Amino acid sequence: MSDTEAIDTIRAAAVLARYPRRDPGDLVNILHDLQAEFRYLPEEALRETASHLGLAPTQVYGVATFYHGFHTAPRGEHTCTVCVGTACHVRGAARLLEQVERDTGIGAGGTTPDLSLSVEEVGCVGACALGPLVLMDGEYHGDMTPERLSRLMKKALAAEEGS
Amino acid sequence: MSTRLADAPALARRRAALAGSRDPERKVLAVCAGTGCRAQGALQVVDALRAEVLAHGAAEEIEVRATGCLGFCQASPLVMLLPDGVVFQHVGVDDAAEIVHSTARGDLVDRLLCIDADGACNTEREIPFYRGQQRLLLGASGLLDPTSIDDYIALGGYAALVRALEIGPEAVLDEVKRSGLRGRGGAGFPTGRKWEACRKAEGDLKYVVCNADEGDPGAFMDDALLEGNPHSVLEGMIIGAYAMGAREGHVYVRQEYPVAVERITRAIEQAREAGLLGARILGSDHSFDLQISRGGGAFVCGEASAMMASLEGRRGVPCRRLIHLSERGLWGRPTNLNNVETWANVPQIILNGADWFRAIGTEGSTGTKIFSLVGKVINTGLVEVPMGTTLRDIVFGAGGGIPAGKRFKAVQTGGPSGGCLPASKLDVPVDFDTLVDEGSMMGSGGMIVMDEDTCMIDVAKYFLRFLAAESCGNCTSCREGLACLHDLLEDISEGRGTHETIILIEKLADTVESTSLCALGTSGVNPVLSTLRYFRDEYAAHVNEKRCPAGVCKALITFSIIEERCTGCRACALKCPQECISGEKKQLHTIDPELCIKCGICRDVCRFDAVLVQ
Repeated sequence: MSDTEAIDTIRAAAVLARYPRRDPGDLVNILHDLQAEFRYLPEEALRETASHLGLAPTQVYGVATFYHGFHTAPRGEHTCTVCVGTACHVRGAARLLEQVERDTGIGAGGTTPDLSLSVEEVGCVGACALGPLVLMDGEYHGDMTPERLSRLMKKALAAEEGS
Repeated sequence: MSTRLADAPALARRRAALAGSRDPERKVLAVCAGTGCRAQGALQVVDALRAEVLAHGAAEEIEVRATGCLGFCQASPLVMLLPDGVVFQHVGVDDAAEIVHSTARGDLVDRLLCIDADGACNTEREIPFYRGQQRLLLGASGLLDPTSIDDYIALGGYAALVRALEIGPEAVLDEVKRSGLRGRGGAGFPTGRKWEACRKAEGDLKYVVCNADEGDPGAFMDDALLEGNPHSVLEGMIIGAYAMGAREGHVYVRQEYPVAVERITRAIEQAREAGLLGARILGSDHSFDLQISRGGGAFVCGEASAMMASLEGRRGVPCRRLIHLSERGLWGRPTNLNNVETWANVPQIILNGADWFRAIGTEGSTGTKIFSLVGKVINTGLVEVPMGTTLRDIVFGAGGGIPAGKRFKAVQTGGPSGGCLPASKLDVPVDFDTLVDEGSMMGSGGMIVMDEDTCMIDVAKYFLRFLAAESCGNCTSCREGLACLHDLLEDISEGRGTHETIILIEKLADTVESTSLCALGTSGVNPVLSTLRYFRDEYAAHVNEKRCPAGVCKALITFSIIEERCTGCRACALKCPQECISGEKKQLHTIDPELCIKCGICRDVCRFDAVLVQ
């Protein structure tokens, strides 16, 4: 086991300690907590979860990959989430995703090779009046245009380099 | 206050004490802190108003309260002055001082009032957006601080629970049955009948579950209820559990709604502390507790059997239900599943009676329904109207019509499995049965307005892409069929479609509909079938003339510059990502069609409307 894997195991164990009931019904909740800890679901964490709940690793992996909310690969430092709910779609959300792809070379679900940015799409965030809408690192930006989005991404990524 | 309420009189005393300590005439600046308004800076407005109230020494006379969603998202951030109900729209941090000073003087800030054709509207009742509404469920969201159980109790909260415990479980069930309440999650199944089956089912351990996995894109009614008035949902569940004899429950809530998760979690903790959840609620024999389960972002989990699988920690795959959920549901035990809005209706029915509820709405669809009115409409927001209100009253009454002088084209109801209704159906009354007759459905209440710039083939393609991605993959017809339908629509939108493509789409849709297990497949073909039914001309234009009348389908449109309008300002040329717009300053510009990727940025930045798409 590598050092990173060992550390992952320890961090995962700390999260799992919050679920002493070892109830398989808590699996989805546990995966959310693990993802909050690691920002994705490392393999070691999934293995720990399986042994904690007494489930087969395949079942845990099956659940982790079934739901769109979970990631099994490392995520970028920043996340640009484009809302593609119907209200945002009719107001031009597809054009925003195209702009992201032009600027960064990655589409929805992708992460840049340098792990600086992940791009996601979400079904609806419940702020339809502001559509089309983008969440940059969780912060809402409404009435978005491809051009403004381009500037927004540049700003977020530049802030990282500057710090 | 965290004291446990031993019995019903203790609750009444708490309410009386709250009433005594609160001045009903005290002015409250209720700031909408729903998701939409927060995204527009509502929390900063709350801070600014609070600071200003303190600085002005007006803390005695004016309270600043962050409330749930006030519904009028278009005017966000929104502040309502209570008790009069005056609405200030688009409030910014800079307006805080003026609002506080005017309120202290008893004046209004005229420039922040809503303006309609007849001039400024002061109060909620006068604003066209609110005029036709009957906000039974949403009304309280604007009055209370959703993080305060005391606010809910002061407004009469948990009185319905007391009444339920008085009249007994049979009478509660009877009241809900007689009310005619039908499930607000989409299917419209009579709630009372569902409850009765679960009550009659054999078993010591039964579950009630709240479906808060609002997955329809473009719909946020349940989010608003959970954020704005979480205790009303809890109270409904506690009453339902009492009627059915359930001791445990789950709230299955969508992870993409972080505020809702936080609010309902907090509400459950408060209810437990107050003895409204847990053992022997209010000193009665009724014991019930609830836990939160977060969804993982899978649309199909809104389907009952898939949700049960997810709650049990499995992949959310629907299964064939030979035995109803009410007999064998979660962990094989009798289970009742209702959605957020359905639960929120329960306290009012118990408190005001089935006859009162039946008097609202239509014979077959009683009560009110919340719609999330979004898309190409002037007033975006949450609209709560009696069942049976016409589409026209919703879209053109509350919604104020279509922005920018564009023409109404369609309204899409029922979420991804619903359908698109054209202008000729605007006078259809919105209730469960009529919408199905017209080829759409109620769904959970999403209502997306489309104008002349919306391409119906693109819309159908959008929904099929969504559904194909969300298909759990269990049924071949759904997994492959929806993807195939999407590809056929793509053929049409990219100019490869023929008359045969349309015939194939219809045949395939019929197969998917008749051979899929759950509603994701069976009703997933609705978007394509309803657009074919009402917008066949548009399909014909794509197929026969290779033309997209709405100017959306990229393969069928070209961008050019209108000579008479172009001023040669260079704005488009500077922003074009392809650098394919040429022209000297103050000279006519031209777009190179070979290089143009039709991204539309030139049209966005042109201030002279000189970019033509055809």
